[in-house]
Amino acid sequence: MLRLGALGCIIGLLVTFSAQAVFVENQLDDTALEARARHISEGIRCLVCQNQSILDSNADLAKDLRKIVRERIQLGESDDQVRSFLVTRYGDWVLLDPPFKLRTVFLWFGPLFIFLGGGIAVFFFMRGRSQNRLDDQPEKLTASEKAELDKLLHPDESGRAS
Amino acid sequence: MRLRFLAPVLTFAAIAAIMWYALFNLNPKEIPSEMISKPLPEFDLAAVPDYGPALATADLASGKITLLNVFASWCVACLAEHPFFMDLKRQNLVDIYGLNYKDTPDAAAQWLSRHGNPYMRTGMDIKGRVGIDLGVYGVPETFVISADGKILDKIIGPVSKDIFDTRIRPFLQGTGS
Repeated sequence: MLRLGALGCIIGLLVTFSAQAVFVENQLDDTALEARARHISEGIRCLVCQNQSILDSNADLAKDLRKIVRERIQLGESDDQVRSFLVTRYGDWVLLDPPFKLRTVFLWFGPLFIFLGGGIAVFFFMRGRSQNRLDDQPEKLTASEKAELDKLLHPDESGRAS
Repeated sequence: MRLRFLAPVLTFAAIAAIMWYALFNLNPKEIPSEMISKPLPEFDLAAVPDYGPALATADLASGKITLLNVFASWCVACLAEHPFFMDLKRQNLVDIYGLNYKDTPDAAAQWLSRHGNPYMRTGMDIKGRVGIDLGVYGVPETFVISADGKILDKIIGPVSKDIFDTRIRPFLQGTGS
């Protein structure tokens, strides 16, 4: 039990450390600028390993792009200028948070449309079902049908009577 | 109304068809180039030793359609397309310029001596900065360059005869957009 606890602690520590691991090569001396560089890098998608930001990717290209981000910041560019430097070369694709544009309308509203479409479909489906249930009310038997049914269900009684 | 039960089946079939198409025809690794119909970025690079002349932006506004191929000696896929570029050179169909991406001069020169040199000019982008200006994110990539030095198209991955016929030849025949 104690051993298991110790193992848990070690794994826990490893996980926390690995979560904090960022690739920093040449940090900027100014901590405020470095913080900005990391903040921007966090929002830039790595082109090689697609769903990672360039901040936590170890790809060569990500390394180069981090360097460029730091350089641009040191040149005194604003965050938006640094981002647009990359966007002019690689497109909106490099932004992990895609901008709202005509081209990205479906990206932003697609899930909502699909959700609403599904909701409407479910609404009509349920309504159809409850209407079917009303329609399914059994028809009343006519008198002759009822007599015939009685005869079939209770043949003995009719036999005894005769 | 009797066919209502088919609605879920048809919905599923439609989704399956879209996914089938996407699975086999769309490649998530291919990021469309942002540089198309833009002029080439400014650069002026030294040639791979003994494989000159050197390569600058002005050389690519050559008055005819040319190809700019991004290659490296460490790139395996470049080996796949290289024989085809040698063929193109032999047939003299189009001028090819070589951008040597993040390589060392020695390795690049050795690679060209071993596999042949299909390039009119070569330029060494040792730090990869010109590559980034061009929006390169992997090797090989091949740019189709217009007569006045604009980027017409970019082919990601090795160029094969099929790709050449469908994506490059139309430009050479002047029917490309």
